[in-house]
Amino acid sequence: MSDSDLTRRSVLRRTAAVGLLATPAAGLLTACVGAKDDGPTDQAEGQVTAENPLGVKEDAPVEVVIFNGGLGTKYATDAHIPSYKKKFPKADVKFSQTEEISTILTPRFSSNTPPDMVNNAGSKLMDQGRLVSAGQVAELTDLFDAPSLDVPGKKVKDTLIPGTIEAGTYNGKPYVLNYAYTVFGLWYSGKLFAEKKWTPPTTWSEFTSLLDAMRAAGITAPYAYAGANAAYYQYLVILTTAAKIGGPDVLKNIDNLEAGAWKVDAVRTAARLWGEIGAKYTDKSHLGLKHTEVQLQQNQYKVGFYPSGSWLENEQAKDTPPDFKYQLAPLPSATSADKLKPTALYAAPGEMYFVAAKGKNVRGGKEYLRHMLSKEGARKFTELTKVLTVVQGSTEGLTLSPGTESANKALTAAGTEIFNFRWDAWYKKMDDECRTATNELMFQGGTADKFCDRMQAIADAVKADSSIEKFNR
Amino acid sequence: MRHGTYRFVIGFLLAPIVLYATFVFYPITQLVYVSMTNWTGLSPKFRFVGLDNFAKIWTDGLFWKAVQHHLFLLILLPLITIALALFFAFLLNMGGGTRGGVMTGVWGSKFYRVVFFLPQVLAVVIVGVIFSRVYGPDQTGVLNRLLIDVFGMDKPIGFMIDYGMWAILGALVWQAVGFYVVLFSAGMSSIPADLYEAAVLDGASRVVIFFRVTIPLLWETVQVAWVYLGILAFDAFALVMLLSIEQGGPDGATAVLPVLIYKQGIRESEYGYASALGVSLFLLTITFAVLALRTGRREAVEH
Repeated sequence: MSDSDLTRRSVLRRTAAVGLLATPAAGLLTACVGAKDDGPTDQAEGQVTAENPLGVKEDAPVEVVIFNGGLGTKYATDAHIPSYKKKFPKADVKFSQTEEISTILTPRFSSNTPPDMVNNAGSKLMDQGRLVSAGQVAELTDLFDAPSLDVPGKKVKDTLIPGTIEAGTYNGKPYVLNYAYTVFGLWYSGKLFAEKKWTPPTTWSEFTSLLDAMRAAGITAPYAYAGANAAYYQYLVILTTAAKIGGPDVLKNIDNLEAGAWKVDAVRTAARLWGEIGAKYTDKSHLGLKHTEVQLQQNQYKVGFYPSGSWLENEQAKDTPPDFKYQLAPLPSATSADKLKPTALYAAPGEMYFVAAKGKNVRGGKEYLRHMLSKEGARKFTELTKVLTVVQGSTEGLTLSPGTESANKALTAAGTEIFNFRWDAWYKKMDDECRTATNELMFQGGTADKFCDRMQAIADAVKADSSIEKFNR
Repeated sequence: MRHGTYRFVIGFLLAPIVLYATFVFYPITQLVYVSMTNWTGLSPKFRFVGLDNFAKIWTDGLFWKAVQHHLFLLILLPLITIALALFFAFLLNMGGGTRGGVMTGVWGSKFYRVVFFLPQVLAVVIVGVIFSRVYGPDQTGVLNRLLIDVFGMDKPIGFMIDYGMWAILGALVWQAVGFYVVLFSAGMSSIPADLYEAAVLDGASRVVIFFRVTIPLLWETVQVAWVYLGILAFDAFALVMLLSIEQGGPDGATAVLPVLIYKQGIRESEYGYASALGVSLFLLTITFAVLALRTGRREAVEH
């Protein structure tokens, strides 16, 4: 080679320029746009009989994907899968688990090769509303109308806690099974409270004076949540207070994207009260911590109250001192003119399970859900995960752990004053914005007005965006 | 003879070009196409919407915040990394002064070379995990512990809370510096010893030698380093995902384009919009590269 311009360095320089074209992430998202929109042509189908009401093909494999989080996966591998296999010994149940549902499954949905049954959960869950409107989710009407697996003479739908089917209903049709019945509130250590002779507060002034007492007792963060990845635990609490002040319709209006729903007095007052708690009783470093780190601090008695759902006890099982005794307190009433009683609770069927409409064995997927909804399947689930299910009476004969027991009691005490919202699952964009706005309010000197303005602005933007399908309840 | 050489060269080039076209060029054309649709990523159906997504980007405050953060990294990351790397490389190769007319490194320079290079062999995820402990916002954080116990600071600093981009920059520099130390060391060792000898004979100090002899002769290597580091400044995805609050927060304080793309695409299922962001990132990177290579062109000193 002549000593022209092709020296080692100019090669290096050109390589650099070429390397640019492999711009990070830019080419990554589009790998499989061209997939064809063929529905499943060869869905497994068997004979419909009294024993097999959904017409499952007895030897067709069924693939289930379970989110591996607070609930673990043992309930699937040790209870539900054996139950399915017992009924259909010739079928192969393909099980897999992941901590990142959307990372693993989005490509499979966009190429129309989804697994049959999916547990859509975790902080990286898929946008359930968009999945439904994209026609990827099978309707579950026939499952709920089928006879229950082990409650003779009852249909599946008659064995469930009221509100279960509605929680998975999109525009009038049931698509999703919300299986775990989750109770939300403030968690504390029964041992600590007994030791210090503290009682859970029922009014806001009792609440703040208890927080003062905690601080005086050397607890560094009387109130805490993890800003780095769990701000949604906190916005749930803010909106629970709003619902107590103004009634459950406050949440319904937010869900339905009503004009000005975020700017009503109930929401503003709730945001103001919680903003004050954030400014006074939290540890600023918690903004930079993840939920497990803050929960660990509560197990070390450095945190007083922690907002979370009833999965908390199981999630922390490994780190909890044996005498810690998780207890749940409903949120204290906010004003003397609250529309709901202090015992009112945010409780909701949660943990979404759905059957993919374009899977190879849709009937098998539904049958799998029927096994989950059997009394035995639900009882084992509660036994293994310490979390209640939507199946009525499935805790009969079980010795519940202290946390589950207290959640169960709170649920009974609440009576009919149980409410929840669904906008966070319907409109992921609002969920993202609300996390940010909540962190601002609680940790970064934000105000109630700013919180309401921000959330109203994003709600209006979502409402105006024609590419986002809207839901109603 | 000449003819045979070309056939030889083409034979070698063909395979990479085919691979490149399949795995880089084709996805890029797809990306541009998707960026003009409202594809959700969850089904194969979508509608063509023209430039709507780009109009949305233009008014998206978070996008402009992210662009600012990339400019911040684009200026500071190469500057700090190259300055540190040059300094270390000089010390390792020539910092020890002359011995028998030959420039030598500081004592123990072979050991330091390994130490500097170590971060480079760590996967970026590991770097992220390490730095999440280094930047821990309470007394358990490595840096905070150090500042409180040794320097008597009274309360911990929230590195990711108040100084997000600086913290990300720190981790990026920490990981990158080692590689460029090695790169510059290689460049320095290829500079003929007689040039240095002549400079030393003329009475030049180490500082003068560094600026008048080493830098000009290393110029092309520095320029390459600049381009590579610039590309790194347009990425920062993994570190922001691992270290920052709410992935790009608090309140967009550490937003970078790849993370926005991820959030819009995967979390909020707006692949069309995410692709439009991807195209914007692509254009920004290309613009930078062209500018860097044009303005950095300077007569190379041949030796």
